Amino acid sequence: MSRFIFTWGILILIWIGFTGTLNSMELLMGTAISFVIAIYAHRTFTHKGLGFFSPKSVAYIVKYLLVFLVELVKSNIDVALRVLNPKMPINPEIVEFKTSLTSEMGRLILANTITLTPGTLTVDVIDDTYYIHWLNSETTNPEKAAQAIAGKFEPILKEIFE
Amino acid sequence: MIYLSIIGHLMIALGSVFLFLGALGLFRLPDVYSRMQAGTKATTLGALSLIIGVGLIQPEFFSKTLIIAIFIAISNPISSHALARGSHKAGIKPFSKTGFDAYAKMKETLEEEL
Repeated sequence: MSRFIFTWGILILIWIGFTGTLNSMELLMGTAISFVIAIYAHRTFTHKGLGFFSPKSVAYIVKYLLVFLVELVKSNIDVALRVLNPKMPINPEIVEFKTSLTSEMGRLILANTITLTPGTLTVDVIDDTYYIHWLNSETTNPEKAAQAIAGKFEPILKEIFE
Repeated sequence: MIYLSIIGHLMIALGSVFLFLGALGLFRLPDVYSRMQAGTKATTLGALSLIIGVGLIQPEFFSKTLIIAIFIAISNPISSHALARGSHKAGIKPFSKTGFDAYAKMKETLEEEL
């Protein structure tokens, strides 16, 4: 039930965002359509349901978004500088590391985050092992690579999804 | 209102710069995987700031542009991940000075076990 309400609420928010009005007819239509979609989609849409909005979880989501935005900008400047540098200071390697996250969603978000952070690209995820293409590889040791690539995000994601 | 518009125009300019750098990266980097790096990172931030910039100039579009931005931020890395994995499965070797490739090693050991 909590999962259903969560899905329904998110869908209504997206509807309001897209229509851009609070006209009562629009809202009624959106609520009805969201209800029908939520009946079918709530099983796959979320695992935690309303638990996602507990104060602790929201605090960590905000923290995660802030860390993520800073890293996104840093990664862009880093890659841009390497591209503009005539000598191209790159040392590409594919490294592996293991994650301690257990939830599927947490692993997905971590893989996406890694792709968007400084010079790293997720090539594959098999169970708990990540294969990462690293544009300027500093180490091939799995533990050190985990610290350098995912060290900032893993603890926060753990609090949100587990 | 005028400030929002100025910030919006600055964000569009910044987005264009990042998109240009992404294109330059595609041209200069040595192999598929490195090019994918320029392709994902630069286009994600470029497209995000461009779209949000449009939303700031036209505030009535802001909620729509925000939803589009979130969708791009989620879907862009997934598509690049799929492309990188597909390239590796198709046998394209990554350019590497040291030649270290943990993914290829893992596949070799899997084949030996079979």
